[in-house]
Amino acid sequence: MVADAETVQKLRHPVLAFAARWLFTTNHKEIGSLYLWLSFTLFFIAGGMAMFMRLELFEPGIQFIDPLYYNQILTLHGLVMVFGVVMPAFVGLANWMIPLMIGAPDMALPRLNNFSFWILPFAFAMLLSTLFMEGGAPNFGWTFYAPLSTTYGPPSTDFFILGVHMMGISSIMGAINIIVTIVNLRAPGMKYMQMPLFVWTWFITAFLLIMVMPVLAGVVTMMLTDRHFGTSFFQAAGGGDPVLFQHIFWFFGHPEVYILILPGFGIASQIIPTFARKKLFGYHSMVYATIAIAALSFVVWGHHMFTTGMPLFAQMFIMYATMLIAVPTGVKVFNWVATMWGGSMTFETPMLFAIGFVMMFTIGGFSGVMLALVPADIQYHDTYFVVAHFHYVLYPGAIFGTMAAVYYWLPKWCGHMYDERLGKIHFWAATIAVNLTFFPMHFTGLAGMPRRIPDYSLQFTDFNMMSSIGSWLLGLTQIFFLYIVIKTIRGGAKATDQVWEGAEGLEWTIPSPAPLHTFETPPVITDGHK
Amino acid sequence: MTSCPGRPKLGLMTLLLWGVPQLSLAAKMDMRPGVTEMSVRIQQIHQMGLWVCTVIGIIVFGAMFYTMFAHRRSRNQTPATFSESALVEFIWTLIPILILVGMAIPTTNALRDIEDNDNSDMTVLITASQWKWHYQYLDSGISYYSNIATPQEQINNTEPKGEHYLLEVDYPLVLPSNKKVRFLVTADDVIHSWWVPDFAVKQDAIPGFINEAWARIPVTGTFRGQCAELCGLDHAYMPIVVEVRPAEEFDAWIEDQRIAAELAGEAAVAARAKTWAMDELLPIGQEVFFKHCATCHERDGMGQGAKYPALAGSAIATGEIVDHLDRVMNGKADTEMQAWAPQLSDLEIAAIITFERNTWGNDTGDIIQPITVYEAR
Repeated sequence: MVADAETVQKLRHPVLAFAARWLFTTNHKEIGSLYLWLSFTLFFIAGGMAMFMRLELFEPGIQFIDPLYYNQILTLHGLVMVFGVVMPAFVGLANWMIPLMIGAPDMALPRLNNFSFWILPFAFAMLLSTLFMEGGAPNFGWTFYAPLSTTYGPPSTDFFILGVHMMGISSIMGAINIIVTIVNLRAPGMKYMQMPLFVWTWFITAFLLIMVMPVLAGVVTMMLTDRHFGTSFFQAAGGGDPVLFQHIFWFFGHPEVYILILPGFGIASQIIPTFARKKLFGYHSMVYATIAIAALSFVVWGHHMFTTGMPLFAQMFIMYATMLIAVPTGVKVFNWVATMWGGSMTFETPMLFAIGFVMMFTIGGFSGVMLALVPADIQYHDTYFVVAHFHYVLYPGAIFGTMAAVYYWLPKWCGHMYDERLGKIHFWAATIAVNLTFFPMHFTGLAGMPRRIPDYSLQFTDFNMMSSIGSWLLGLTQIFFLYIVIKTIRGGAKATDQVWEGAEGLEWTIPSPAPLHTFETPPVITDGHK
Repeated sequence: MTSCPGRPKLGLMTLLLWGVPQLSLAAKMDMRPGVTEMSVRIQQIHQMGLWVCTVIGIIVFGAMFYTMFAHRRSRNQTPATFSESALVEFIWTLIPILILVGMAIPTTNALRDIEDNDNSDMTVLITASQWKWHYQYLDSGISYYSNIATPQEQINNTEPKGEHYLLEVDYPLVLPSNKKVRFLVTADDVIHSWWVPDFAVKQDAIPGFINEAWARIPVTGTFRGQCAELCGLDHAYMPIVVEVRPAEEFDAWIEDQRIAAELAGEAAVAARAKTWAMDELLPIGQEVFFKHCATCHERDGMGQGAKYPALAGSAIATGEIVDHLDRVMNGKADTEMQAWAPQLSDLEIAAIITFERNTWGNDTGDIIQPITVYEAR
């Protein structure tokens, strides 16, 4: 009994108690916050890498980073941004908001939820630790094409493979949890076609995750056996096929890019009706368009591979399928505009970020349509035009979507209103910086600058300088965002339960800040919340 | 080009001059039409895509800005209540489909022509390896390597950068004008991509595969490109230069290359016959080492970490000559250390090994003769 009392005493130590609370928590709100803070931390690490690369790219010549190290941070920037920033940010939002939006007391599988989160800090600590290993970090780009990543990869590639496995396990468990929660824990009376769009887009995203993360696990396992167990899946000398790697990778990779954007669509579909004070236009077509985009994402992987020598017929099929994606995507954009049309709009920070999301994501969509045209893609492929394209869909797309969500729901999470003036400054500074960074990349790409190079010929200098200055400004605006978030958590005007005048949905019926346990008695849905 | 930012100061000046309108900047903002019929067609397809997107963008963003202005709360107190319209949804599904079909037709026609590799007048086999190109004229048996020619001093900013910084090579690919040239593209080690924007030819070089592409170049001149697929350490330093000459000049060039190859053979025989002294081999060895080996092993022989080992005091460079010869000539499997026997002459290999064994504190005193290399082949 004495020993037990001692243990209890130890656990009462504030540091231990704090650690135990966050390590063992199964509460969806706490796990959601953990995901968001992890994402935010990694955002600064991977963003710092990008700013470091832009420092080297400010001028031709090698000034700060030698090519070997450049390739390493290039690779880690991509991997961490995709798997460590955008995905955990969306999972964090899902954890916080899905139970609140469907009237569930928690996620369906709380222990699994805890496990899926706590894998991630270790996976990313391991991945980042490769920077300090002998032979350096992985240096083959986030797409890790074989054989550069297999037989030619540095020894740390094995840590990368294990890290990808861990992230995959985490994602699959998280996705299962979301699907099970949505299927089983909706408040009595809430039909599927009454679920809020954020829930719907995450529901579809979770299916995409379950379908493609095992493919990613497969391809890194094949890499592992090629590296160490004498197989030749991707080695021509042993009868294997380096192009097979790209087929498998992009069969994962293309649905993956929709995983990175669909929850953003859901966020915009929540925020725009709130601040237009008008119901979302075309709820049903929004759901069907999302399903169509998800389905098409499985038949377009080859558009990343038009220069690998694909047969003519395959190029044509994939080109048409890729162009077709523009149709449901267009429907979504038109529906958002129609939602705004005739509304009574105000432009608080979440609305600004949501509108910025719609516009700049659309710019990324436009360059996507251009990239689908195979003859033109021959000139665009592997240039900065592609870099501009995917950064437009990811930064002002996925990241702005996340920021819109944070400003929108932060008052609900912590019970304080953020400082509206600072939020607006953040939005405008980030919008200017993001365009200054990424818009000139269209021009450098069209002028013929290949991507993934630490040094370039002289005619690209002007636009690269613009991009570099933009990227440093962009970094500063996000430090400002961190300040705004911390300031809001620590204090500020008291938020009402409703928070936003035009907001509808179950999450606005609970108190602000949201108590640790909500909807222990499920609400009954009669008229249907959307 | 407005300036040559060889030094940070010049770069900052460019920055300060941004306020001044720069015509050269505008010219750099679009895809080049290139010089071949196909590159011009491709640029037109690009223009079509760009204009379609621009017009749609103006309409959609115009509607958004209009509604943000007209349907603000200060102007529109009571929001409308509509939220469904099957007709409108149908229209804005159908119109994009029609636009896309309109774009797909010329694109498909161009694609079919791009893939038509038949009836070529000559064939060049392009083999990529880290970080150089090998060109082989299959019709005349001539072959050679093409390496970057930009001096390391320019890359390290100790010398001002030249006009064609990073886009210059020692031996360019020479092609005849007005002939359909077929390119067969492959690689020895990892994936590379052969890209010359002015011909609109970008073809991945994949080990174990031979991909096809073609170009008919109606003009003469010098055209520059780069490797487009990340291929490791020196991906940025793998330029492509193509010199297009009139057909008869091209034929004369081919003949010159044949004679040069014979002379090189004779020179190699003479080099083998001679016994070389240390101070003759060292300068040759240093020059070849700086050109080919220093990118990984560094000029001071210190290497770059575990991946690119130091040669100063290394077991191979100070150990048995046989092992050293084997490593240089045959490389190390599955690493960037490639086989140099096919790329360099007996004299060059002998000079490199002599240099490595007697520099940076390595003092074996060994002198390797070209005949030794010849016999090891």
